[in-house]
Amino acid sequence: MMDQQFATDRRSFLKQGGALLVGMSLAGCMATPRDNGAPSATTGTLTPARPGPPPATQLDTWLAIHEDNTATLYMGFAELGQGVTTALLQIAAEELDLGMDQIRAAPLDTQVSPNQGGTYSSASVQRGRPQIAMAAAQARAALLVRAAGRLEVPVEHLAVERGIVRVTGKPRRKVSYGELIGGERFNLDMTGSPPLKPVSAWRLLGQRVPRDDLAGKVNATHTYIQQLRLPAMLHARVVRPRGQASYVVGARVIRVDETSIQGISDVRVVRRGDFIGVLAPLEWDAVRAAQQLVVEWEQPAPLPGSTALHSHMRAGSSIDNVVLERGNVRVASDEAAFTVAQRGFAPYQAHAPFAPNCALADIRANEGLVICSSQDVYAARRSIAAVLGMREEQLRVQYAEGSGTYGHSCYDDAAQAAALLSLLAGAPVRLQLMRWDEHGWDNYGAPHVGEVRVSADAEGRLVSYEYHGWQHNWSQVETTAQLAGAAATEWPPVAAQGVNPLVCGGMYDIPNLKLVNHRLPALQYLRAGWLRSPLDLAYAFVSEQAIDQLAVTLNVDPVEYRRRNIRDPRWLGVMDAAATAAVWNRPWQPGRLGTQRLRRGRGIGLGTHLASYGAAVAEVEVDMQSGGVRVLHLVGALDAGLVINPLIVERQIEGQLVQATSRMLLEEVLFDQSRVTSLDWQSYPVLRFENCPAITAVVVQQTGEPSTGAGEETMAAAAAAVANAFFDATGRRMEQFPLTPARVLAALRAT
Amino acid sequence: MAQENWSLSVNGRTHQVSAAADTPLLYVLQNDLALKGPRFGCGLAQCGSCSVLIDDREVRACVTPVGTVAGRAITTLEGIPAWYAKQRGLRRAPDLHPVQQALVDEQAPQCGYCMNGIVVKAAELLAGNPRPTEAQIRTALNGHLCRCGAYPSILRAIQKAAQS
Repeated sequence: MMDQQFATDRRSFLKQGGALLVGMSLAGCMATPRDNGAPSATTGTLTPARPGPPPATQLDTWLAIHEDNTATLYMGFAELGQGVTTALLQIAAEELDLGMDQIRAAPLDTQVSPNQGGTYSSASVQRGRPQIAMAAAQARAALLVRAAGRLEVPVEHLAVERGIVRVTGKPRRKVSYGELIGGERFNLDMTGSPPLKPVSAWRLLGQRVPRDDLAGKVNATHTYIQQLRLPAMLHARVVRPRGQASYVVGARVIRVDETSIQGISDVRVVRRGDFIGVLAPLEWDAVRAAQQLVVEWEQPAPLPGSTALHSHMRAGSSIDNVVLERGNVRVASDEAAFTVAQRGFAPYQAHAPFAPNCALADIRANEGLVICSSQDVYAARRSIAAVLGMREEQLRVQYAEGSGTYGHSCYDDAAQAAALLSLLAGAPVRLQLMRWDEHGWDNYGAPHVGEVRVSADAEGRLVSYEYHGWQHNWSQVETTAQLAGAAATEWPPVAAQGVNPLVCGGMYDIPNLKLVNHRLPALQYLRAGWLRSPLDLAYAFVSEQAIDQLAVTLNVDPVEYRRRNIRDPRWLGVMDAAATAAVWNRPWQPGRLGTQRLRRGRGIGLGTHLASYGAAVAEVEVDMQSGGVRVLHLVGALDAGLVINPLIVERQIEGQLVQATSRMLLEEVLFDQSRVTSLDWQSYPVLRFENCPAITAVVVQQTGEPSTGAGEETMAAAAAAVANAFFDATGRRMEQFPLTPARVLAALRAT
Repeated sequence: MAQENWSLSVNGRTHQVSAAADTPLLYVLQNDLALKGPRFGCGLAQCGSCSVLIDDREVRACVTPVGTVAGRAITTLEGIPAWYAKQRGLRRAPDLHPVQQALVDEQAPQCGYCMNGIVVKAAELLAGNPRPTEAQIRTALNGHLCRCGAYPSILRAIQKAAQS
């Protein structure tokens, strides 16, 4: 009874949802092929509409074959600009024997998309390939069985090309997938056991298939979320202090003076707790109102300030745990011939997406639609429902692409804010964060204090490695939820928030090793979230400088020194790939190239994120008078197992190396004792065209290995390579990044 | 500020719009004319995401009041191929400006949100300097951010477009 009632509600809900999506820019963007009550060919009735996720155990959840002999792939991963959609379509088209022009991806939508756990950790291909390949292979097998019946030959006598099944040796006897099943459902459970194609039969995997979304991105036909509109919607802005205080403090309203915006017609102010928004039919009115509205905020001073951040972290009480321990580092270190120490300080760094996040929402009494750029539509549906006090099944969340996010920027905050504003205003809403909202209320990449001691025996063999890392966890409650009344809580411990065993010594053969996490209380610090290769740049900056110190101490070439201490052939392979591309073996006189004033140096670094293998070689130039550092050339090599599309991965490596340069030289969130002061591209400078290094991206293809992450795994290596190149140029070790002129001059002048 | 009527020349067509004189041109192009080329990035003229050509010069629409551009020739990303054809005396506008084609050929964009400003600025550059050096391209484009870090591919694409 309840169920039936619910299904009826869904139908009406979905019709409204469908009607909502006829905004000016929406046509073609948000259309979901088996959406909102389209007649089903099997039953002739309305497709039962239910909130997702559809069951992963059914083949129809993943694939639909259409009458025109094309296919739609349904998956749970978001196109964040990284090109992953193309790679996942390649996987499906490979197993289905379709051309890339015959398959497309359905937009992410909690009404139709399977839940594959969000688009995190650069693991979409790693986690997605098995399910998608299985579904495609099983669909192909089922289609061949049907074809065998239709063509009256055994399956073994059939061959498929571009979705046309032919009898071997009799090419005129054929039938297309579209003719076999077009528009119908498979109605099959996933068996999980169809044989996948052997490497020798691949047509698409490992190929440089160009992305098909790029023409639209250069000629203004592609639609970004910022360009979507809902009928009869209001434009909204949030009103917050410029720059966040500590996470636990949030922002507290003392008084709102609505008379301050009396001059702007048609503006509404809405409020829940400390969450304030303004809405207006005209966007400029909403922008002006948000800037002019006088709000008196409490002004506590809970922060150490960015200059005292690291001493504050190092001195603070922490919850300590040993991440990994083997052997006895104390004994081994005492007996070792050589011991070096290195420490390092890493700043808060911002996601700072090129476009501030945007979201649209239409929340009604018992149902609602939210369009957002979340990395995980199902997690977003849950968190938005909590803010609204609704059940998640009452909400439909659709993904629309914004600008690149590189981790947990304010997309979920924007989604919650749009939904709450729509609820409070009783109208459809488009919320656009302003630049200072996004910069000032980001979930920043967390800062780090690292201290490492590494020892080697008389022959240079690494015998002991001890790393201590101080950092805090991510914030779990979005700003909107918090300001509207939810208590701030921190993320439960997950691997990416603590000392990373892969980056901290993991590439070397070291018998005695100890990694210790010193977790600081997140609520006392700034908001934090995963930023591309979380903390890995900091670990590699500290750890790989220590390894380099030993190479220098023992007077061994840094690549050769590493080679002697690595056993894993994949680490060796990726390091050699980077060294070869950088022509490491040419004559090189450290620190003596260039002029007296401009010193050049080069360095190698190894590192990764949660999987894969990264190596980088940097060439830098240091201005000994001004303290300016330029990265001239950066080579990055990546072994990510089977690379489905080397072209896309090369572009990913390129972006990683450019971002790593930016993060090593420029990026640092500044704050005083009250609030963040890095609020735009002037107060938070990032790398621009003039200082972009030459980039060489190298993909180490491993067709026999499973695919692992390719979106962030050369950044740590690049960070280390830059630091080691700086030493090569100057003979000084940097302890803190970014390598600003002031820090560089201080290091050069230190005795 | 009171709404006023403005006559805007955008991509060779005249549009009548009603807006307060201080409304940034970006919001008018985006909301009243439903154009998807110019887009919001910072609202502070720091990133180049909203760039348009006004009388053939690249301008930041996010800080340009609509009241100052009435009657002037506004070209957005949508109109760049036709603008190029006119500059070059071509009878027909190509589907894509050579810079756009080179960006696709080079597979340069990642998220692509910066492409509006990149294309508009590069088109302006090549119109005045058809054979720029790499250093000249870097200088010209330095006011345009690409947060994905596609600079190397974008530089290659603009160089290719300049050679074609």
